[in-house]
Amino acid sequence: MLRFSIQRSARAVFRAGASSGALLPRSFAPSLTSAMRIPNSLQYSTKLPPKLTSESYPNIERLASFKKLAADDMTFFRSILSESEILLATEDEDLALFNEDWMRKYKGQSKVVLRPKKVEQVAQILKYCNEQKLAVVPQGGNTGLVGGSVPVFDEIVLSLTQLNKIREFDPVSGILKCDAGVILENADSFLAQHGYVFPLDLGAKGSCHVGGVVATNAGGLRLLRYGSLHGTVLGLEVVLPNGEILNSMNALRKDNTGYDLKQLFIGSEGTIGVITGVSILTPPRPKAINVSFLGVDSYEAVQKVFVQAKQELSEILSAFEFMDLNSQNLARKHLKDVPHPLEDEYPFYILIETSGSNKEHDDTKLEAFLEKAMEDGTVLDGVVAQDETELRNLWEWRESIPESSQAGGGVYKYDVSLPLKDLYSLVEAANEKLNEQGLLSETDAAKPVISAVGYGHVGDGNLHLNVAVREYTKDVEKALEPFVYEFISSKNGSISAEHGLGFQKRNYIGYSKNDQEIKMIKQLKSLYDPNAILNPYKYV
Amino acid sequence: MSKSLRILVPVKRVIDYAIKPRVNKAGTGVEKTGVKFSMNPFDDIAVEEAVRIKETHKKMVETIHAVSIGPAKAQDILRTALAKGADTCTLIDAKEKELEPLAVAKILKQVVAKQNANLVILGKQSIDDDCNNTGQMLAGLLNWPQATNAAKVEVDASSMIVRVTREIDGGEETVSAPLPLVISTDLRLNQPRYATLPNLMKAKKKPMEKLSLSDFADVPTDPRLEVLKVEEPATRSAGIKVASVDELIEKLKANKAI
Repeated sequence: MLRFSIQRSARAVFRAGASSGALLPRSFAPSLTSAMRIPNSLQYSTKLPPKLTSESYPNIERLASFKKLAADDMTFFRSILSESEILLATEDEDLALFNEDWMRKYKGQSKVVLRPKKVEQVAQILKYCNEQKLAVVPQGGNTGLVGGSVPVFDEIVLSLTQLNKIREFDPVSGILKCDAGVILENADSFLAQHGYVFPLDLGAKGSCHVGGVVATNAGGLRLLRYGSLHGTVLGLEVVLPNGEILNSMNALRKDNTGYDLKQLFIGSEGTIGVITGVSILTPPRPKAINVSFLGVDSYEAVQKVFVQAKQELSEILSAFEFMDLNSQNLARKHLKDVPHPLEDEYPFYILIETSGSNKEHDDTKLEAFLEKAMEDGTVLDGVVAQDETELRNLWEWRESIPESSQAGGGVYKYDVSLPLKDLYSLVEAANEKLNEQGLLSETDAAKPVISAVGYGHVGDGNLHLNVAVREYTKDVEKALEPFVYEFISSKNGSISAEHGLGFQKRNYIGYSKNDQEIKMIKQLKSLYDPNAILNPYKYV
Repeated sequence: MSKSLRILVPVKRVIDYAIKPRVNKAGTGVEKTGVKFSMNPFDDIAVEEAVRIKETHKKMVETIHAVSIGPAKAQDILRTALAKGADTCTLIDAKEKELEPLAVAKILKQVVAKQNANLVILGKQSIDDDCNNTGQMLAGLLNWPQATNAAKVEVDASSMIVRVTREIDGGEETVSAPLPLVISTDLRLNQPRYATLPNLMKAKKKPMEKLSLSDFADVPTDPRLEVLKVEEPATRSAGIKVASVDELIEKLKANKAI
C-alpha cells in the first residue's frame, strides 16, 4: 500500500478513494450516488420482490379490447427490428428490469420489450400496435416514482434506451438537440465540455432519460434558477399513436404562430404520443458554486431565511432546500459512520446553493447574508463547504433522503405543491394521523411505519412527504389516501408537483384539476389516441 | 523542557482534488485560469490533527500557527485553516512563483524559528507536484526527528513524547520521538471537519501576518529543475467483448497475455 501510494499521484489516490468509497472515508458521496443510480431491482435484492400490480389492485381489470400478443405480432416486430432490439420474456427471464418500478411497488407482466434505434421504427411499431389494438407502455430510464413507466398487465414495453444520440449543439445559442433516450447525466457532461449546463438536475440523473424528464415534466433541484421545462424546451419530435411524426425540433426561441403543440406532450406521461427527440435551450455553466448547510429551530425560520436569501443573494441563489430532523435521522442511519455536518440537532435544516460567474463576488454576498442571518438569530448554526468534496458531501445529506427513506423496506412518496406557509403542515398532519392509528414507531418492528419525513424545494413551494415503511401494507395506504390528497386540496395545493400522476395518483387528479379541465384532458386523449393504446390504466 | 506545544501547520493552495486538471495549450504546465483551488487535502488533515491535539490537551497547546507560501489568493485557504481551528497565520506572498520543496523547507525553517514552534504537522505531499519531500527536508534542515505518513498521532502529556503510527506494507509501524518533531500526515489520519459559520466569522478577526519572498532573501527560490514538457497521459483504448471462454483464451493467446 505504501509503495502503491507513493508511485501513484496523490490526486489519483484521492480519486481512487472517491470511486471505491473504501480508501477514503470522507468521500462517501460518489459511492452512494452510484448506488442511487441503479434503477433496477438488483439494488434491493434483499427485499421481497413486489407483488404483481394485478394482484395488489384486484379491482383493476385488463381491458378486454386490447389484443393479446400473438405469434404474428412477433413476426411483424422481427421484420422491422433486429435481434438486439427485441427482448423476450423466458422461463428464467421475467424482464423484471422493465416490469418493476424503481421503488419496487408495482410489477407488470409484459412479455416483450422493444428497443428501437430509429425514430421510423418507433413510428412503425406504434402504427402497427394502434391498428392491432396492442397496448404499449413507453419507457425511458424507468426511474419514475408513481408507477407510470411500467406495465400494469401485459402491455408491450417500448424502451427508448437505444435511441440515445446527441444530434447537434449550437455553442452560440446554447440549443441542444438530442434523442429522447440520452441519459440526463450524459447530456450534461456533453454540455459541460462546451461550457453549458442542462437546465434540470435530479437525483436519478445517472439513469433517467432526457425524453423521460420531458414526458413527466420533471422539476428537480434547479427549477428555482432555470424555470420549468415548459419554458426551456423549444421543440419536440413526437410519434403519435397512428404512426405520424410531429416534428418541431427546429423551433425558435420566439415563435408566436399557432397553438404551442409541444406543451401538450410535456408532462403527458406517454399518454398521447411518444417523445423521440428534444430540443432544449441550455444556460451557460456557472463557474463558481457555493454550498452552505444551516440549522434553524422552526419552519417559520425556514421561511424567514428564504426571504432573506432571495433578497440578499438574488440572482446567484440556485437552490434552497429544506429538510426536517426526521429526514436527517433517516439519512444518518443510512450513511452510518459519516458524521453529520452540524454537531447539534435542529428541528429543520436548510441547504443553500449559489452559482455565478465570479467567485469573489459570490463569496462576499454569501458571507454577508450568512453573517446577518447568524447575528439576528434566525440561523442557529451552519457550515460552508470549503472545497468540492465538502460541497458534494453536503448535497449528499439532501440527496440521500429518498434512498434512506426506502432503505427500511419501502416508502410512500407524496410530492406536493402547497402555499409556502402551509407547506410543512402536511407532514405534521400525516404524523398525527399515523400516530393516532398506532401505525408508527421508529423502534418497534411490529409497526409498519418507521418515520414520516418532510423535505423539499422551498423555492418552488414543493414538499416531499416520505413515509418510510418496513413493508407496504393496505393499513398504511388507507390511512394516507385519500387523507393526504384531501388535506392538499383543502389548502389549494397540487397532489403532484413534479412526479406526475402515473398509476399511483390516477384516481386523484380531481383533487387538483376541476371538471372542465379533466373533460378537456380526456377529449385530447381520445382525439390523439382513440384506441387508448398508450400507457393505459394511468393518468386519468 | 517546558510542557507546551507550539504547532506550525504549513498549508498549500492547489487545484481542487475533485477537479480534473488539464494541460495548458502551450504544454508547459496545467491550466490554472477559471479553475477551482482549495487547500491541499493532506494539509486539511494536518490542520484537523493539530486542532484535535489542542482539543485533547487544552492546556498544553499554546498556539496553532498556519503558514502558506503562494499567491495572494492563498489567504482563502489560510482563512479556512483559521475557521477550522488555527489561531494565527502567515501568508508568504510568492506571487505566481512556484517553489521547489527545498526552497519551501528552507523558508519554513525560518518560520519555525520565528514562531518558536516545536511541532510541525504538514501533509505528506501536495497533490499538484506529488513530491513528498518538504517534510523530510525540513526535518533534515532543523535536525529534528521526523515521523512521516502518520495514520495516528498520540501525544503523551507527561513525558511530551509523541507516538506516531504509520501504515506500511502488511501492517503498521509505530515510532516515537520527543519534541521537537516534524510529522507528515497520511490519508487515514482523520476526517477533517467543516468550517462552521461562527468559526468562519471569528476567523476574520484572527491575525494574518503578511510577508513576501523578499523577507527571505537569503533563500534561493529559483527552480533547480527545468520543466521540458507537460502532456496528458495516453488515453486507454476501449476493451472488446468476447462471446465465449474459448474466444477469450484465443484472444489472450493472440495478445501473448497467456
